[in-house]
Amino acid sequence: MVGKAEPVNGSVKSGSNQSIPATMQSPLKKSDLIPNLSLKTLKLKTKQQELLIRVSILCLVYVLAFITRLFSVLRYESMIHEFDPYFNYRTTLFLTEKGFYEFWNWFDSESWYPLGRIIGGTLYPGLMVTAAIIYWLLRFLRFAIHIREVCVLTAPFFASNTTLVAYFFGKEVWDSGAGLVAAALIAICPGYISRSVAGSYDNEGVAIFALLLTFYLFVKAVNTGSLAWALASAFAYFYMVSAWGGYVFIINLIPLYVLVLLITGRYSMRLYVAYNSMYVLGMLLAMQIRFVGFQHVQSGEHMAAMGVFFLLQVFFFLDWVKHLLSDTKLFQAFLRITVTTAIGVGAIALGVGMASGYISPWTGRFYSLLDPTYAKDHIPIIASVSEHQPTAWSSFMFDFHILLFLFPAGLYFCFKRLSDATIFIVMYGLTSMYFAGVMVRLILVATPAVCLISAIAVSATIKNLTLVARAKSKVTQTGSVRGSSSSKGSSKPFQRNGAIALLLGAFYLLSKYATHCTWVTSEAYSSPSIVLAARGAHGNRVIFDDYREAYFWLRKNTPPDAKVMSWWDYGYQITAMGNRTVIVDNNTWNNTHIATVGRAMSSYEDEAYEIMRSLDVDYVLVVFGGVTGYSSDDINKFLWMVRIGGGVFPVIKEPDYLVNGEYRVDKGAAPKMLNCLMYKLSYYRFGELTTEYGKPPGYDRARGVEIGNKDIKLEYLEEAFTTSNWIVRIYKVKPPNNRW
Amino acid sequence: MRSASEHDKVEGFPVHFALNLVLVSSESRSKVLLAMARSTSKDAQALLHSFRSAYAATPTNLKIIDLYVGFAVFTALIQIAYIAIVGSFPFNAFLSGLLSCIGTAVLAVCLRIQVNRENKEFKDLPPERAFADFVLCNLVLHLVIMNFLG
Repeated sequence: MVGKAEPVNGSVKSGSNQSIPATMQSPLKKSDLIPNLSLKTLKLKTKQQELLIRVSILCLVYVLAFITRLFSVLRYESMIHEFDPYFNYRTTLFLTEKGFYEFWNWFDSESWYPLGRIIGGTLYPGLMVTAAIIYWLLRFLRFAIHIREVCVLTAPFFASNTTLVAYFFGKEVWDSGAGLVAAALIAICPGYISRSVAGSYDNEGVAIFALLLTFYLFVKAVNTGSLAWALASAFAYFYMVSAWGGYVFIINLIPLYVLVLLITGRYSMRLYVAYNSMYVLGMLLAMQIRFVGFQHVQSGEHMAAMGVFFLLQVFFFLDWVKHLLSDTKLFQAFLRITVTTAIGVGAIALGVGMASGYISPWTGRFYSLLDPTYAKDHIPIIASVSEHQPTAWSSFMFDFHILLFLFPAGLYFCFKRLSDATIFIVMYGLTSMYFAGVMVRLILVATPAVCLISAIAVSATIKNLTLVARAKSKVTQTGSVRGSSSSKGSSKPFQRNGAIALLLGAFYLLSKYATHCTWVTSEAYSSPSIVLAARGAHGNRVIFDDYREAYFWLRKNTPPDAKVMSWWDYGYQITAMGNRTVIVDNNTWNNTHIATVGRAMSSYEDEAYEIMRSLDVDYVLVVFGGVTGYSSDDINKFLWMVRIGGGVFPVIKEPDYLVNGEYRVDKGAAPKMLNCLMYKLSYYRFGELTTEYGKPPGYDRARGVEIGNKDIKLEYLEEAFTTSNWIVRIYKVKPPNNRW
Repeated sequence: MRSASEHDKVEGFPVHFALNLVLVSSESRSKVLLAMARSTSKDAQALLHSFRSAYAATPTNLKIIDLYVGFAVFTALIQIAYIAIVGSFPFNAFLSGLLSCIGTAVLAVCLRIQVNRENKEFKDLPPERAFADFVLCNLVLHLVIMNFLG
């Protein structure tokens, strides 16, 4: 098989009918097949060999993409990670238990007490509906599987599907070799793995699949000009809108792409057909999602698409008139009139819309992408999320490795062979890299573009190198001319050796990439965040399962209508696992409510008690890392509570908690800091505890200092539960004293 | 003729006209405007005439599609006039009505492009396939409209 396959590998373009000269291939006879079917005797034609290789590579990549995401399932257990996925899990559970109608019209009174939350109208249902459909399908096939297993494994399943879409996309943009490389690269790329590991049941796991599918189908529609492909891309866009708020990227990139094509003179009928049908059908389908609503006609973020829609109509109309009129002078007069009126009308409409407020300006979440300093000054909640910080170079290197320098190489190849499809991939790559630089979380959106463009570089380079490496063998055997290889092969053996050396170097780099990706996945992106692990003194693994311990305690030891106050990070987990009503949660839709909680945490105990009584709070939950050295606890997040609370209630001033601009918890800390509710609840009874050998009692291992106020007395709260490693502490709010 | 010379000078850039208007004094400005209006009306008449004669040459099936597009746009205009008088509540009903007209007009234009034998890009596309795509897309469009009507 290998001997016969040699002319096939690396030098055959997809679908090309290479006929191997008769001298190199023994005649195909069915009777020649020997009963012991080794591969040598399969005697397939070249096209079939190539198809076999391609299909087997794709199958291996599909399986690889799935299994590389299973580290945390193997190390811990099959559970949901982090914070947001718990909300998605809870809603999926609700969907499978109560049905779609109840889910679509769900008003939840267990969060944001006393306001409640219209869940049916404020979530993106794509992920939940997808998991529910998979669950119902498996149930129909009589696999009695729990919905949690389906939720945990949804993201890896869709990551495998993404590799398939990447293959087809690469095939569309360049050729099938590039498609295969793209599929292999995206299967293990850490930028994508970070949000699609098993257990990370979040919108992005499904959304990246939908994003790539929409782009692929749209490029296919532009290339073929077929209404059917445009309809398919409209459906893919609908799936994307139902899955993630990042669909705004699609609805802005595609009009930008159409504009670039118009400017570079590549206007064609295919483009008209593809964009118009996709826009109208996609917009209508997208408006069926309640959360999106009428934004496609009212929000400033979607106006680019509408503007390009009208521009295309103008272009088409002018093109048609030009075609009809044979007189160029008349046409130019017509052109003058039309263009001025069109621009005038468009500008007036846009101006009136924005001035009257009908077209809303860009919302803070997306505006902070264009102006990165906006959020820090105006919206502290957006600025406080760690995923929204600008990206450092080390993050890029960590998430992309060699793709980072293959990306410019791929751009070079794309510019060498410009077509509608390569222009699209270049634009996607450049815009997504800009946004990835602004916000760490958006490295995820850039990953498919980077993988595709790098795949083009890898595929084109390796193809050229193998052509040069094979040149000599070609000349001696058949004398057939294959471009420049025949002349080169016989006269310059140095070139052939150089090509082989470069090939080996390329394979070495790719293997280093695979090693790096697996190491990153294993070390950095496979932790469940809800279960912490550390190495004990003897090297044994110590597991801290405090979070789940605390939520289970809440579930079993508190009255069912108890209300729990905590910082908004833990809201989703408390409702999902503890099954209790919370005051604020991760949805962060009401800034004033969060600021009220922040104010309560930063006030003295008596003021906080007033606020807690007004909110009917029964229990307070804080996270404390002083005993274990866990650094993501509430004391480290405390300054954000102060800032957010102070943003709404000016009585909370950040400088009150700092000493010379420094944030301290030891003896030299500010007096307001030493007596605020958060400090008291975190360090209650901590002054008696010795945490580390050789250090005084009350030594905080997360901050590395001995705490300032060790003798804490609580007047309005009492300690209800502290977990075994002191990570989660729950306090009960005492009812008011009886009157005399 | 004066209009011809103005055409030759300007070549379709409206900027020159604007500059003209700004720089000259008010009397000559009114003279220039009058001349412009006369030339524009002459242009418009010539334009319409040649347009009509060229359009008569298009095949009948394309003219039928154009009639359908015109009807759809006319219906959309009626709806816009309606909401200008009565108001746009409920908004989803208005949007679904308007978008169904615009959507089917756009799809018909796409069909026209694909069926038109003069378009070299769509030479290999059989008109039956184009029509089938058109029907499918319209089906999807109207199903979504019916869901959106509320």
